[in-house]
Amino acid sequence: MMSEDIIKAEGLTKVFNKHLTAVDHISFNVKHGEIFGFLGPNGAGKTTTINMLITLLKPTDGKASVLDFDIAKQNNEVRNVIGVVPQEYTADEDLTGMENIILCADLYGIPRSVAKERAMDLLKLVELTDFKDKKVQTYSGGMRRRLELACGLINRPKVLFLDEPTLGLDVQTRTATWNYIRTLKKEYGMTLFMTTHYLEEADNLCDRIAIIDHGKIVVVGQPEDLKHSLGGDVVTLSIKENTDVSDLIRSVEHVKDVKSENGSYRIKAEEGEITAPTIIEALRTKGYTVTKLSMTEPTLNEVYLDYTGKSLRDAEESVEAFRTQRMTMRRARA
Amino acid sequence: MSRTNGHHVSRFHGIWALTKRELKKWLNEPIILMMAILQPVIWMGLFGKAMNLGNMFQSGNFGNLSLPGISLPGYALSPPYTSGNVTIPGAVISQGFQQVLSSANFGPSIMQNIFGVKDYFSYFSVGMISFIALFTTMFSGMSIVWDRRLGFLNKVLSTPVSRGAVIFSKVLNASLRSMFQATVVLLLAAVFGLQVSSTFSVLNILGVYAAVFLLCLGLSSVFLALALRSTKWETQMAIVNLINLPLMFASNTFFPISQMPPWIQAIASVNPVSYLTDAVRQLTVLPLDARSLMIDFGFLGGFAVVFSIIGIALSWRYLTK
Repeated sequence: MMSEDIIKAEGLTKVFNKHLTAVDHISFNVKHGEIFGFLGPNGAGKTTTINMLITLLKPTDGKASVLDFDIAKQNNEVRNVIGVVPQEYTADEDLTGMENIILCADLYGIPRSVAKERAMDLLKLVELTDFKDKKVQTYSGGMRRRLELACGLINRPKVLFLDEPTLGLDVQTRTATWNYIRTLKKEYGMTLFMTTHYLEEADNLCDRIAIIDHGKIVVVGQPEDLKHSLGGDVVTLSIKENTDVSDLIRSVEHVKDVKSENGSYRIKAEEGEITAPTIIEALRTKGYTVTKLSMTEPTLNEVYLDYTGKSLRDAEESVEAFRTQRMTMRRARA
Repeated sequence: MSRTNGHHVSRFHGIWALTKRELKKWLNEPIILMMAILQPVIWMGLFGKAMNLGNMFQSGNFGNLSLPGISLPGYALSPPYTSGNVTIPGAVISQGFQQVLSSANFGPSIMQNIFGVKDYFSYFSVGMISFIALFTTMFSGMSIVWDRRLGFLNKVLSTPVSRGAVIFSKVLNASLRSMFQATVVLLLAAVFGLQVSSTFSVLNILGVYAAVFLLCLGLSSVFLALALRSTKWETQMAIVNLINLPLMFASNTFFPISQMPPWIQAIASVNPVSYLTDAVRQLTVLPLDARSLMIDFGFLGGFAVVFSIIGIALSWRYLTK
């Protein structure tokens, strides 16, 4: 009936104004029923990719298909089978929640009686039933996001595209949004494509992620696999003495790498819970005193660091650079 | 959620849904609606009534005329030929003028000759309809800039709605608003003392609507085409202001074209606003001349067709990049 791959992209490229390459020959597949995440810093090309897939932008090069419909040639077929939850709050503030959903339904040409029934179901799903007749301008950020979700689902899409679904939401609302998304996947077997620059989100929600940086995909895989591929846990310890014990630690079995930073040691080791006591034992027999010890399983941040050479948080912190880039992208898109 | 989207997506459905959205926004906001009514009242009341042109040409307004006597050489008069000068006393000349000016018909007849109607209010209040159409359409360009900025445009474009429908709904919205305001203007003008011509009938109002619709179709498409790529409403505002004032003043909205210098007359003769104003005046305050009314409608129709096609063609080209 339909191929296993819901979204297929091959060498997808977007160049703005002939010199700004936002997306650079990326290829990936999204399987039926999975949550596929694009993880990367702002300006990495995530939104541009989504905009190409939802037919708002024409690719400069390469091709992609959604449910075997070509995104460049079969615009309308693609638009019919997808739902979109954009980054911005796009609901009309002057209309009520219900009016907004009905407007979306009208845009898909859904008959009024069907639309009303679906709207009520969706409002219930996103817990906005009590607010359906209130103007959207009175909604909180979380409510608006949920309304966007409901609008994106009105045509019962086979694939839902979510662009930074929890951007700017507080932790509680973010967790709630994740639950809605999980429900969609579990109960309706929907395929979801989302972008995010939150590591926790990618880690918690996505079945597979693609890390994207400077318009290129650097790695694709399941979050767990990516973390394991780094080779084990990270043990961090400090000793009282002022001696460099890197070589001593390195000689311990299962230790893969040691880095010393300001008197503390960052040790990469397989099966940290077994290796850590061995390291302490080795140090103690030589007469050193361990003052601090901590162990972490590798996080996506480490994966990210490993593949892109910079921490996602660092990338986040260079606010100025990010803003400039974003402005450039905006102008280019306009 | 497995489903088949069996609905046939009608092009018109999208147009109407989007138009309804804009109309709803408009009707839901009592202040905007009030402004739509107040604005013509203020303009008609202040401008239309204050500029009482007809009244200017009255004896009182010329003050106490004291003209000097005119001396003519006797040989210039014929006959009898006399030598020496003959003097016509100033008082006699003044009296003659006063007699002409004091006639109650003097002002109105000047108005009649230049403006075609007896009072400026009737002339101007109907011109207000063009004025309103011009300013309502300019906001349609503005609103697409806002839709783009707020992300609404992108959301609509990711649905199967035709790109042309996005543009056309805005055009339709501007036209419907203008037609509503035209009704308000006509009603208010009637209250304030509009003097309709002998050829006026209620059916003519339909003609007014048709003319307003055609102008709005064309103008709104122009403003939307200008706004298609724009993300800054400030730019849009500047462009619109640059276009609107010349369109308004280089037309017969406020004053008759016949009294303008030739170069303005040239602009006014291709200005669609002139044709709308003329059509509306003929249908209301002026005696209807079928031939010139047909020219008006021909021009407006051509303008509407050409520019709405350009607008929709551009929307296909530029709404997807």
